[in-house]
Amino acid sequence: MTEQKPVLRLEGIVKTFPGVRALDGVSLSILPGEVHALMGENGAGKSTLMKVLGGIHQPDEGQIIVDEQPTVMSGPLDAKAKGIVFIHQELSLADELSVAENIYLGELPRKKFGLVDWAELEAKTNVILEKLKVGFDAKTRVGDLSIANQQMVEIARALTVDAKAVIFDEPTASLTDAEKIVLFEVIADLQAQGVGIAYISHRMEEIFKITDRISVLRDGQYQGTVNTAETDEEGVTQMMIGRKLDLSRNESHHELGQVALEVRGLSCGDLYQDVSFEVRRGEVVGFYGLVGAGRTEIAETLFGLRNPSAGTILMDGEEVRIHSPYDAIERGISLVPEDRKGQGLVLGMNCRDNMTLPQVDDLKAGPFVADGAEIAIFDQYRDKLDIRTPGWKQLVGNLSGGNQQKIVIGKWLSMHPNVLIVDEPTRGIDVGSKAEIHNLLRELAAQGYAVIVISSEMPEVLHVADRIVAMYSGRVMRTFTSEEVTEENLIAAISGLESDKVA
Amino acid sequence: MQAGTLSKFLKNGAIWGFIVLELIFFSVAGEFLSVSDKAFMDADNMLLLFKQSAPIGIIAMGMTIVMINGNIDLSVGATYAICAVVLLDSMTWPMFAGLGDGVIFVGWGLALLTGLVLGALNGLIVWKTGVDAFIVTLGSMLGYRGLVFMYNGEQPTSHLNWTLVDFAEAQFLGLHTPTWFLLIVTVAIWFLMNRTVHGRNAYAIGNNREAAVNAGIRVGPHMMINFMIIGFLAALSAIVFYSESGSVNPNDGELYELWVITAVVLGGTKLTGGAGSIISTFGGVVAIQLLRKGLAHIGADTSTVNLVIGLILIAVLFLDRQLNVKGREELKV
Repeated sequence: MTEQKPVLRLEGIVKTFPGVRALDGVSLSILPGEVHALMGENGAGKSTLMKVLGGIHQPDEGQIIVDEQPTVMSGPLDAKAKGIVFIHQELSLADELSVAENIYLGELPRKKFGLVDWAELEAKTNVILEKLKVGFDAKTRVGDLSIANQQMVEIARALTVDAKAVIFDEPTASLTDAEKIVLFEVIADLQAQGVGIAYISHRMEEIFKITDRISVLRDGQYQGTVNTAETDEEGVTQMMIGRKLDLSRNESHHELGQVALEVRGLSCGDLYQDVSFEVRRGEVVGFYGLVGAGRTEIAETLFGLRNPSAGTILMDGEEVRIHSPYDAIERGISLVPEDRKGQGLVLGMNCRDNMTLPQVDDLKAGPFVADGAEIAIFDQYRDKLDIRTPGWKQLVGNLSGGNQQKIVIGKWLSMHPNVLIVDEPTRGIDVGSKAEIHNLLRELAAQGYAVIVISSEMPEVLHVADRIVAMYSGRVMRTFTSEEVTEENLIAAISGLESDKVA
Repeated sequence: MQAGTLSKFLKNGAIWGFIVLELIFFSVAGEFLSVSDKAFMDADNMLLLFKQSAPIGIIAMGMTIVMINGNIDLSVGATYAICAVVLLDSMTWPMFAGLGDGVIFVGWGLALLTGLVLGALNGLIVWKTGVDAFIVTLGSMLGYRGLVFMYNGEQPTSHLNWTLVDFAEAQFLGLHTPTWFLLIVTVAIWFLMNRTVHGRNAYAIGNNREAAVNAGIRVGPHMMINFMIIGFLAALSAIVFYSESGSVNPNDGELYELWVITAVVLGGTKLTGGAGSIISTFGGVVAIQLLRKGLAHIGADTSTVNLVIGLILIAVLFLDRQLNVKGREELKV
């Protein structure tokens, strides 16, 4: 294979963001006609690498080499013109426009006077759609298609140009098995034409089915490339998670109390189906799975932000209906949301006001807000959670991520909840504060709270959870106790590999 | 019938159904309540209706493309007034005195140029500063209105050119001159939005700006062109109206932006951009004019008209929201 010239080569790419070295000397080459898998955990730097390739970010160091020519990518269209095509995981379609217009977005065929050449557009599009064997035509409105078909439209975009390299970012996340087969045929076609394919996916079975080589990133660092035929799932998993991570299990168990929250057969449309679990007082239950597995949606349902389509929620053994966050808070359910800055805090307000936001209605001195009572609450939780801030007047936007997260947690603790749901508690928080938040969650359980932790980071769930619920595309695959969980069986469960022991 | 077909039909055909409803209502109610003895659906009355919808209608076409593009233009009323002043005043300038009736073209040209420049200014600011179009055009609404008052104080600007008045009052194939302007603009803008690359890109930008940027569409220039178009159309609207009336008050065109937006929204264009139809906007313009005329026909006063239109607008948006809810599993906000 060495005599082949790579269609796309990366040399020592470094990209830093304030405080983070997102990519640290990544080198990679994609040969014509090969499918090259790019793997790594969430946050390993895959998407940053793709953005550098697509010209959305410029690398701080290193070179992108297309066809042996060092190249600077000025933007997505530039990349496409140079034959590098991206198939995004997150759909970037205009849903009011037709399929044909979306496929040729930005490059509509023209006649004189800037008129759209509809006949040519339709003809070209239908040729591509025929290749993809989809059940819709060029004129269909994209908004009327299923998510899977929309993904096929996204894929169709790759076929509009003479691509040298096509980069697929989790293309099968929303495809059915039949559609996957079509996609793999398309990939095989491209391969046969000598196109280099970069394939990003978490799904081991796909990786081993269609790829030739596998490159692994971890914490922004290139871990090496292996031939798919010469490795196995375990080998790749080891490269991905490495050994230096603290994968220690949570050892300390607390006295478990009553079941605080029980969920039976909960479903919400296509988002997740038939989810059952229970959380006891004094217990931390971790929800682990890939992005889009339905974990956040379950939390949102419990907090009254979504209406379940089936199933029951029981609190302290009593069936409850939660129609709104107001209901949820009344019943003692609190949610520390995934997007701290967007959903959890009012960044322009000070620390005290953020913390007392849900109960400011009750803190009144006559018709006025009771300043003293608010400050008392803030002081109490600042000490309890060790929030480091110059004072309650400090704007929350100026605090560090860890302290912001503590404000959000403090806000809910001051409401004296029964169940605390924490979604991605340490996203974007530095290592030191991470450990603090983990300890805090353990402590809260020890004090008798029922805690649910949703996380995409394996060390985190292993570290804080008494039990781990593994989810895969909207279903609970298995529930592990902290004694029986291993990295391998956890990865297997969230990748949708049927394990012998299904919960 | 496929699921969703009914709601789609309701959405697309709603404005026309509403117009039919209005016609029936005012015809029947007119029999009992009318202050005149003419039938509401009288041919002359209907022709007049089209003529009267022209000033709002012409601007509404421009507003539709700006809103499809994901922006809004609140300055159209003020632009309309400035262009009217330029039109009428320029025809009296001594330097054009030797041109005879040729001065009409000078006046028209200068008015259209003014509209184009003011629109371009809006577009340029939105493009280069990235400030929301709502704020930018709110500012220019005040600023442009200020220019009108600076020009002539509280005095009206008047000039009657009888050739021009004859032209504006003419009827060709039964339709009045303003009606022809409205129809031509409607067809031209429809063609622009449905047949040209610029039009389709405008839809794409309003629908999913990030996708448009990712696809290499240059968002800024498209937005600026659309602001120039609406400025041009505001000027054209002023030409159509003031060629006939010959006198402009500095307050003329106030609240036009709101009437225009009402017509566009009634026609089904989304406030968030990306979806809308020129033909439905035409329907929205006619529906509003029908309502104004119809209510006057049955003896209601202006304040009642405004109240009714306001209520209908809210009802329409509520209906639209109900038809667009994504099902029970949607995230509540």
